[in-house]
Amino acid sequence: MSWISDEALARLQAASALPDLSGTRYRIVERIGAGGMGAVYLAEDSVLARRVALKILDVPDAAGELAARLLREAQILARLEHPGIVPVHDAGTLADGRAFYAMKFVQGERLDRHIASANLLADRLRIFQGICDAVGFAHVRGVLHRDLKPENIMVGPFGEVLVMDWGVAKILRQPSESCDVSADQGRPFSASGAAPKMIRTAHGAVLGTPGYMAPEQARGDSEKLDERADIFSLGALLQFLLANSGAPPRLAAIALKSMAADPAARYATVPELSQDVSRYLDGLPVAAYPENILQKAARWAERYRVAIVLVLTYLLVRALMLLWTRR
Amino acid sequence: MAETTSIGGPGGKFPATCWSAVLAARSDDAVERTRALGAITESYWKPIYKYFRIRWAKPNEDAKDLTQEFFARLIEKDFLADFDPAKAKLRTFLRVCADRFASNDAKATRRLKRGGGVAHVSLDFESAEAELGRAKISSAPAHSPANMDDFFEKEFIRSLFGLAVRDLREFCESCGRQVHFRLFERYDLEDGGPQRASYSDMAQEFGIASTDVTNYLAFARREFRRIALERLREMTASDAEFRREAKALFGVAPE
Repeated sequence: MSWISDEALARLQAASALPDLSGTRYRIVERIGAGGMGAVYLAEDSVLARRVALKILDVPDAAGELAARLLREAQILARLEHPGIVPVHDAGTLADGRAFYAMKFVQGERLDRHIASANLLADRLRIFQGICDAVGFAHVRGVLHRDLKPENIMVGPFGEVLVMDWGVAKILRQPSESCDVSADQGRPFSASGAAPKMIRTAHGAVLGTPGYMAPEQARGDSEKLDERADIFSLGALLQFLLANSGAPPRLAAIALKSMAADPAARYATVPELSQDVSRYLDGLPVAAYPENILQKAARWAERYRVAIVLVLTYLLVRALMLLWTRR
Repeated sequence: MAETTSIGGPGGKFPATCWSAVLAARSDDAVERTRALGAITESYWKPIYKYFRIRWAKPNEDAKDLTQEFFARLIEKDFLADFDPAKAKLRTFLRVCADRFASNDAKATRRLKRGGGVAHVSLDFESAEAELGRAKISSAPAHSPANMDDFFEKEFIRSLFGLAVRDLREFCESCGRQVHFRLFERYDLEDGGPQRASYSDMAQEFGIASTDVTNYLAFARREFRRIALERLREMTASDAEFRREAKALFGVAPE
């Protein structure tokens, strides 16, 4: 057996870590991220001469479970064609046995990093509504995200908002039955496009991120989860966006209503939540914050402050003119 | 009665996918258990020998005896009965056993004439000693527990990769792709410092096109990775552990 020096050892480790893209249209540029089951690489699509992001499993997956999960994630992205959801271009298995899919390369930064440069409350709320648009669309298409958190939101250079990482998403409505992406098992991922066999998530499996996960999700009640689990996470995201911004009570109330422990006490749909935020921005009453007469008056005054100032200024000028003519 | 145990066991060079020596070592099937222990011995004897030499500062001959006895007992006795894959990695377990074994060395010597009463395991200590000498030139590890962890892990990876390189050579020879292996050996295994040959140098040296160098190397690396992963899978007890180890082995750690 030949001696392997430290230098050769490092070289072998580095060479082996890189996915084998021979026979594909892609060339690796650099590794740009990593997750629980794989890494994301920036790659060059040599046919279309554009950059794409490749999500690739770390290891060949003999049992097929991880490959099936990756394929299901790609399939979910493929059915969610929306400006706020990263489009998938391709999926398959590399020569080294690792499953992958190709998606649009999103230039921008994660919300948890972007937040420092978004100082205006209105800018933060615009980002939040962008997230709501994408998640609301997914719900209409029967998909729960289940892991909404700042690290999974990208904000592009032109202010575009993208919801990323649908790896633990749950399909609520299938033609036959519901299934969980996160626990699919079946045939290995193949470029032929054969859909893997799907099974339900074992009851009790907890997927998500503490702090952003609804109580029912944290308890592992995966069978009972519905859109309101994502609404809880959106409320937590809103709280994150409002942190250190001196959030008005009406906005704080919207976040709290979204994060109610009882799903029935939350907004029933994402558009309802988003509309409440819009109503706040328009100076209208919000469903989450019942107002007394003084609060209504204060809000009304705030909403029409320009008109009120103009009218008062006009009346003052008229009064001065009257006084002047009577002298 | 002493007997010789062949390294690697009767399982052949390319074990069945998902076969775990860690689990099989506790099997009731004697053949399966022997094969598993052979695979464990093959992967771990060099790291253990080097560990005795460095961590316990054992002289060459003492380290040889200890290593022999350690693996002979591993094979003969129910050494792995206490090992719980759910609680620890095999590597950690073996290192702890090696520590215990070395610390009891004096007592063991008094109690039992070394080499008597246990099977004899054929191990090529000369190669291990030569490797140790070369490794010590580049980095003499300090004896802190953390450093010894790193040392033992690195020597395990070196052992695993060494076996994978051997398997790759045999595989390439069996399918008439000797040039692929020689390119891999020349480019990935040989040290050349900053003066390492370029792909075009290699193409000239081997009398092939530069694109062939790219393709041949890609093939050899792909097969090397496959073989190394198969060997690594043998040394793990679950898919989750395998994935963790593969990440560590190939340097792809989550951010």
